[in-house]
Amino acid sequence: MTVSAREARAGWLFLSPWVVGFLAFTAGPMLFSLWLSLTHYDMLKPPTVVGLENYREALSDERVGTALYNTVFYTALHVPSQIVLALGLASLLRRAGRAGGFFRTLLYLPVMTPPVALAAMFLLLLNGQNGAVNEFLGWFGFQGPNWTTDPVWIKPGLVVMSLWTVGSTAVLYLAALTRVPLERYEAAQLDGASPWRQFWHVTLPGISGTVYFTVVVNTIASLQVFTEAYAMFFGARAKASAEGDAALFYVIHLFQEAFGSLRMGYASALAWLLFAVIAVITVVQVRLSRRYVHYEGERS
Amino acid sequence: MRALVLGTAALLVVSGCGGLGSDASDALVTMGFGLPDEHATARVAVFRDANPDVDLRINEGAFDEQQFLSAVAAGDPPDLVYAERRKLGGYAARGAVQSLEGCVREHGVDLGRFREAALRQVTHQGEVYGLPEFSSVRVMIVNNPVVRAAGLDPAALSTSDWSALPGLADRLARVDGGRVERIGFDPKVPEFLPLWAKANGAELIGPDARLDDPRVVEAVRLTADLVARQGGWASFKAFRDTFDQFGANNQYAAGQLAAMPMESWYINTLATNSPDADVTIAPFTDRDGNVLTESGGQAWAIPKGARHPELACRFLVTMTDTQTWVTAATARRDALAKAGRPYGGTFTADRVADERIFREVFAPDGNRILEQGVPVVLSLQDRAFALPPSPAASELVRAWEGAVNRVLVGQQSPEDAMAQAQREAERALKRVGGR
Repeated sequence: MTVSAREARAGWLFLSPWVVGFLAFTAGPMLFSLWLSLTHYDMLKPPTVVGLENYREALSDERVGTALYNTVFYTALHVPSQIVLALGLASLLRRAGRAGGFFRTLLYLPVMTPPVALAAMFLLLLNGQNGAVNEFLGWFGFQGPNWTTDPVWIKPGLVVMSLWTVGSTAVLYLAALTRVPLERYEAAQLDGASPWRQFWHVTLPGISGTVYFTVVVNTIASLQVFTEAYAMFFGARAKASAEGDAALFYVIHLFQEAFGSLRMGYASALAWLLFAVIAVITVVQVRLSRRYVHYEGERS
Repeated sequence: MRALVLGTAALLVVSGCGGLGSDASDALVTMGFGLPDEHATARVAVFRDANPDVDLRINEGAFDEQQFLSAVAAGDPPDLVYAERRKLGGYAARGAVQSLEGCVREHGVDLGRFREAALRQVTHQGEVYGLPEFSSVRVMIVNNPVVRAAGLDPAALSTSDWSALPGLADRLARVDGGRVERIGFDPKVPEFLPLWAKANGAELIGPDARLDDPRVVEAVRLTADLVARQGGWASFKAFRDTFDQFGANNQYAAGQLAAMPMESWYINTLATNSPDADVTIAPFTDRDGNVLTESGGQAWAIPKGARHPELACRFLVTMTDTQTWVTAATARRDALAKAGRPYGGTFTADRVADERIFREVFAPDGNRILEQGVPVVLSLQDRAFALPPSPAASELVRAWEGAVNRVLVGQQSPEDAMAQAQREAERALKRVGGR
């Protein structure tokens, strides 16, 4: 056996736990779900094959339309806000000098908050009548909206809440910012570039790979948003969809169909449709990245 | 290699590849039942004392529909399940729980002592699938000082005259510049829509029931209008969310609410936290002035595929036995007395047990809320209606609650919303194969 063959064998041996885990717990269930999506299955009786009926129903389901609209709306608000805020915080952190470590830890701590606890906390903070957020806005003369009960403000409220965990993205940006060569800023300053032009022409191209990564990851995560919204608006029966489906996100609808109505086949079809939506959006992002993303070592 | 295989097998065993059931021949496993107070612990003790050889395993925690149905589908269910009666009826219709006819016959259980509405909820095609436990009804709770301050008589406040309710809400509510400072009359929708619909003569579940029935639409219109007059849903609900419902500074004590229909268990909460609150507890009434209430509660059932159905039967018969209830009520009363708290009675679905508990055990000890409220609740227990079992119960509830919510937030008219709900209900009923 050659050295490379031995190395390949060793490599596969070390990889095998992951491969087994992937086949057993990811690929296997995915294939099973694909088959279930072609059946009616209520968990109590054996599945019956119905072909593409579940997909046809999903395309005409009013609630799928509502859920998809809510999810895309949330994503369109959440991803840019998360990235702009994270980038702003990372820029400040970069200037924090010796206190940087302390602030970095402080910024990352909220990420550790369990999502359900976060939801409970923000229900109080965002209450339109006596929540702390509106009290704060009141100091500046603004009358805040009913973030948790007004259908118009529920999704923006959820976006505000999502910014609580901006620390994880900010830490990524901080790492990216430190890798931008200082001589580029010096050259830009010698050319008389303003701070804004430096940011636009030096910083942003320098971290475009990280921006692209966070856009893709945050978009996928946003399209699968579930826990916080479910805990705030659907978990307790008394709150179930109390705001006219304004917080009915796609995965929540999928979950309700699967475990509320026991429609595993239909829920599987919904899952595959979401997979398709995410795949299309990601492909578009990949295509766009070729034009806008710059990697170190690439010829421009 | 052999060692690897054995090691893997051992790992799978110790990591708990089993489900909710137990392979041990004498282990009896429950699901959805907890041991929060003496009502639970004393009854479990009765069973343990009578069956010392049984390894009873109470898996504490709320009932989880997903976990339960997955376990049944996997052929590894618990021996007993404790869930809302409305859900159990649906499981019976879907074949997820077993008929208790044999169990009831063998143990000589007199089904006649159970309240009719409760028993109806666990009966499917003439067979009993669960034994009912607690029984809660709905009553009106009126905040006397607030109502009197508005120049009204709390005793005269009624839900019979629907044309007068908007004016009543206007008079009792306090809204300042879009900010709600007091709710005058909370119709408690969408949760209580079945009560309002029934008050107008309509059913929401049943062979002839339709969610777009004009009488249901009228009930939705009235209740949504009441909310709209009191700041609109967004402000109304945001304000309601601020209530310290289970604390001493609750909505009645703080004067944040004038009147609302509410589940009867709240009387006990009020009696404990605000024993001096000046409230009137009265029955809800339909449009003809007749007393009307809806009943709810839990029941025990034996899942399909349970390993120990005979032991499970013995357990649920013991837990719902009249004497067991009296023992539990006594233990509860004594424990509360030690803590200096009032005992508000134990309301069960067993008529005979309640008669004994409220004759032999109940002692309001001068608590005005209990002295006033308990007789009202007792008088309503046998007059309550309950939503009948339906295999599509979850979907139906979701359909009408979603519809009412769309009306409350102004997305749809009552007619359009209930028409959509009816379409959703028809699809759900068709999917599960009949009502």
